[in-house]
Amino acid sequence: MNTAPGVWLSGLAAVAALLPVLGLVAAAGRVRSAYWGMLLLCGLGVVLCAGFLIGDSAAASLSVPIGLPGAGILLALDGLSAFFLLLLMLIGTAAATTALDDDGGYAATSPLLPVFVAAMATTLLAADGFSLVLGFETMSLASFGLVLTNHREPPVRAAALLYLGMAAIGGACLIPAMALLVHAGPAGVDLGFAAIRGHAPHGWRAIVILALVLVGAGSKAGLAPLHVWLPPAHAAAPSHVSALMSGAMTKVALYVIIRLLFDLCGTGQPVWWGVPLMVLGAVGAVLGALRANIESDIKAVLACSTVENVGLIAAGIGLALAARAADLPALAALAMGAALLHAMAHGLFKALLFLGAGAALHGAGTRAMDRLGGLIQRMPVTTGCMLVGAACLAALPPTSGFAGEWSLFQAMIAGPRLGGVVLQMLICVVALLMALAAALAAAAAVRLIGVAFLGRPRTPRAAAAHEVGYAAQLAMLGLALLSLLAGLFPGVVLSAAAAALRQTVGLTMGDRASLLHISPQTSTTGYSAPAIAILLGLAIAGVAWVVRRRAVAGHRRGPAWDCGFGAPPAWLPFGDPITQYGGGSFGQPLRRALGVVILGATERVDMPEPGQTRAARLVVRSKDPATALLFQPVIRWRGALSAQADRLQFLTIQRTLSLIFAVLVLFLIVIVLVEQL
Amino acid sequence: MSAIIALIAQALHIALMLAAAPLLIGLIRRVKSRLLGRTGPSPLQPYRDLQRLLRKQPVLAGNASWLFAAAPAVSFAATLCAAALVPSFALGMTTAPLSDLIVIAGLLTLSRVVLALAGMDIGTAFGGIGASREMTFAVFAEPALLLVIFTLALLAGSTNLDAIATLLREGSLGLRVSLGLSMVAVVTIAIAENGRIPVDNPATHLELTMVHEAMVLEYSARHLALIEYGVALRLLLWLTLIGTVFVPFGMGDAAGFPPLWITGALAWAAKVGVLAVGLAVFESSIAKMRVFRVPEFLGIALLLGLLAVIFLFVSQGFA
Amino acid sequence: MTPRIAYGAFSYDLAHLLGAAVLVLSFALLYQRRITSIIGFYAVQSVLLAVAAAWQGWVQDSTHLYITALIAFAAKGVAIPVALRNIVFRLRIERSVDAALGVFPTMALGVGLATLSILVVLPTTVESQTLTREDLALALSVVMLGLLSMITRRSAITQVIGFMSMENGLILAAVGLPGMPLVVELSVAVLVMVAFVVFGVFFFRIRDQFDSLDVSHLDRVGGTHR
Repeated sequence: MNTAPGVWLSGLAAVAALLPVLGLVAAAGRVRSAYWGMLLLCGLGVVLCAGFLIGDSAAASLSVPIGLPGAGILLALDGLSAFFLLLLMLIGTAAATTALDDDGGYAATSPLLPVFVAAMATTLLAADGFSLVLGFETMSLASFGLVLTNHREPPVRAAALLYLGMAAIGGACLIPAMALLVHAGPAGVDLGFAAIRGHAPHGWRAIVILALVLVGAGSKAGLAPLHVWLPPAHAAAPSHVSALMSGAMTKVALYVIIRLLFDLCGTGQPVWWGVPLMVLGAVGAVLGALRANIESDIKAVLACSTVENVGLIAAGIGLALAARAADLPALAALAMGAALLHAMAHGLFKALLFLGAGAALHGAGTRAMDRLGGLIQRMPVTTGCMLVGAACLAALPPTSGFAGEWSLFQAMIAGPRLGGVVLQMLICVVALLMALAAALAAAAAVRLIGVAFLGRPRTPRAAAAHEVGYAAQLAMLGLALLSLLAGLFPGVVLSAAAAALRQTVGLTMGDRASLLHISPQTSTTGYSAPAIAILLGLAIAGVAWVVRRRAVAGHRRGPAWDCGFGAPPAWLPFGDPITQYGGGSFGQPLRRALGVVILGATERVDMPEPGQTRAARLVVRSKDPATALLFQPVIRWRGALSAQADRLQFLTIQRTLSLIFAVLVLFLIVIVLVEQL
Repeated sequence: MSAIIALIAQALHIALMLAAAPLLIGLIRRVKSRLLGRTGPSPLQPYRDLQRLLRKQPVLAGNASWLFAAAPAVSFAATLCAAALVPSFALGMTTAPLSDLIVIAGLLTLSRVVLALAGMDIGTAFGGIGASREMTFAVFAEPALLLVIFTLALLAGSTNLDAIATLLREGSLGLRVSLGLSMVAVVTIAIAENGRIPVDNPATHLELTMVHEAMVLEYSARHLALIEYGVALRLLLWLTLIGTVFVPFGMGDAAGFPPLWITGALAWAAKVGVLAVGLAVFESSIAKMRVFRVPEFLGIALLLGLLAVIFLFVSQGFA
Repeated sequence: MTPRIAYGAFSYDLAHLLGAAVLVLSFALLYQRRITSIIGFYAVQSVLLAVAAAWQGWVQDSTHLYITALIAFAAKGVAIPVALRNIVFRLRIERSVDAALGVFPTMALGVGLATLSILVVLPTTVESQTLTREDLALALSVVMLGLLSMITRRSAITQVIGFMSMENGLILAAVGLPGMPLVVELSVAVLVMVAFVVFGVFFFRIRDQFDSLDVSHLDRVGGTHR
């Protein structure tokens, strides 16, 4: 209000500029200093963003005289970017804290990690096309380098290569989208967002931009059908990097979608613009959540659940886009608010879960679900934090995941006001798919915790697991606390998003979001998380009190009943670990009911021939439909195309020249057509 | 003043739900026994069972964690919260502004997830079977439930159960095709969510056919008492919910004249009683289905829910 | 027409609810796997159709709808199901039915068809009264589902039932539209046709099993042969 808004922006720009310097410090061998510096800078970033949002300051901009000759770099801070920056800086702080643990494993990531955060901050702060693309592509490259950290393992190299390919496709779509947005005036090309806003695209140009943005930024966010790279890449990266990638980078991509489609494309777009986002989001949510019930690597499970949550958020953004176009600002604010709330909630709890998965990997030496088990005994803090994260993942009240999904469902339920029977039915089906995804996510959360953290240890290594260091515990506890607070006070998160809402849809949630409750309409009380929490607390206390007074106290320990099966033999001190449910068996009913149809899952018993001494195995295979329907045909076409191109190498000079001439003429014709249109 | 009366109504409601839940189970068992030609235990037997369980000392498996010991209380408390939010004899109680249908569904999910985790905690095969199947069934039941909520919210303009019941009690919405379809869907969901025949058999003694029972196989004494009480409370909650939404007649007002609550309570008892006897007759006349038939069974509820919303769009009679 | 029927009125609502019940039973017919329960559900559907026709008769004050109701109840609710059950039991037809598609895909297809019929009915009835729209949509859905169950089932008896439930949909449409002429004639004509089809199946089954239409072969089936 009274503070000059430029202060916050200058501070954040300084943070973004200083972070890469830390990369140099780390490269010079001073790893711990670099992480301490990153911790301090990200912490400062949190304070600056919070200060900007609390003060509800006016948007500010800043011109930096480096970058493109004559244009420089334009930076700006407004409500939308501050909201996402806050999330980024919170996760950055947690990642840096985790990396402070005395463990050689974090040194390898130290030069690139600050650069990665700085690139994301630049993307969020960018106010012209050049710096946005620069930040986005630097973010892709830095994260590619980080995914490659354990490059000696072949699956990591494969995952990183796939990721690089998808990033290239993303860049190849985002740069033309920017080029189409930019308006060439008499004074030359002005890349600034202000100039772009003045000339909103329309007609075919706008449709092409929509498609390019959905592919370019959507592939980075993990929007179906371009989500295939995400589970392997997020699983392969070191865990504190996965936390940043899943928690923050997917949100930066969503921010780019919002910035380009809501802000730069103007308000004059048709209603159907929201439909692709809604449909892709809902389909991706179901795909991701179903795969989360089938994957056997705990980090892949978490990454698949990221695909699910990004899908839910994208559906909310799509509804907001449609509602704004239909001139229903209240509905648009509800949908957009829900999307932003869920983005914040998901960013926090997914970072928490990835840090927890990293702790399990550190303490028990594996990510494979079927080699873990019983960690609750040996790693109580990690398991406690994972329980909080899983409760958010399963959208249990009163956690932040529930608040986000509750508001998303409220928006969908209000969606039919858009009118048009076909659109109404579509929204109904989208809501149905979202509910299916939410229920699948609950099953995935139970599977993750139940198999990896509860039960009996499946390997001696898991039985001897040890708790992670205090810094990593502190990071997890901090994120768990933030998740709980965001769940108890979703209205506060929505107030923090007020400026972003005003900017994107022209209306805030107003008195629909307050400290104690959020509601879809002004007149009614919707969901009051503190009240539900108090009710729940009272009920638990009451039950405990009655049980203490009326029931026999204490308990005895004995062998597990297990329907009368005998005690385990002496050479298996924890019992035969195979006689409990594992990841494959827990997911089997869902794999049979839905996986066969959607993922083409097959299972086959690999029975050894008589005389062989190896064990029988159950071989389960499944394939993401995006791979089968999109990527494999593309790969085939590429092969066919390269075979065709191969023939061109053996042409006569005359034919080569005529080919070049034909291409030139075609190019000129395209230019003429573009000029005419 | 009216706030205090509403609070009294709320307390009475919770007490009634808690008191009546075991009776409901006893009643259903009694009717089923009679239908099978047996005398059956007294309807009060569940109370005695709970008393008996409370008098014993629990045995925990050697590797049971704190989660295993805490789960029954948390699960029961979540069910109790949900039950407090579903009005029985009077509308407009203290918690009326909180009684959002999605929140109620969320609380029931919380109750289920906590028990499923506890089922996985000991690391026995049966606990895993139960937890896995319970979560699988929920995957199909919850989208169907959301579609029903969608229909009700489009009709009433809110997902608040109290507001919906108030509107339906006035009768201004009339009989709707969508409401009829929704009711069939809700009954199907309720059967699955409560683990009744044909989805699950609460009285089974064969471990391989168990779902809910397998999940809680390791529990004893006070823990088991809380779980059984919670199961009874959840069944009562669902029957009350069906009665409140689809047969909202006779309900009193928490802010109104307290003696009118008595008629409300009688109407509630009648509704729940009829539904309970219907459930007993239905369960006696049908066999349990295979586990892999259950997704189909719930898929039908889901499609009926979808059809309900679609018909609502056709009649265009929503707010 | 008569003022007794108006949007939002009880008579209108009940008529629709009955129509919806007929539709739900069509879904139940799609879902069932045992031939006896298919016949049972068909009987229930016909009885509900009879009730719907009678209700419309009362609402529209027309006697001939009562006749339709009576025909529906006596012939389709009682006589035909009993006859079909007899055929099933006497010919010892396989009791479980093979469906060409799984249950859930069939049901999803059914909901898709119902949606399609609604989308078809909506624009073509924009000018007519709102109250006939839902009616027509319901009836058309029942017809489509009947067709679907004829396609997805392999056994002849279930195909006949699919055909008859389709015909139920036509009657439902006819009774729902006030002032529709020849409803009784329509139902009688269709009934005769159905009877022919049923007997056709009966005889074809006999021929399939005994390579002859000689009824004396049935003695052996009845267990009374010498």
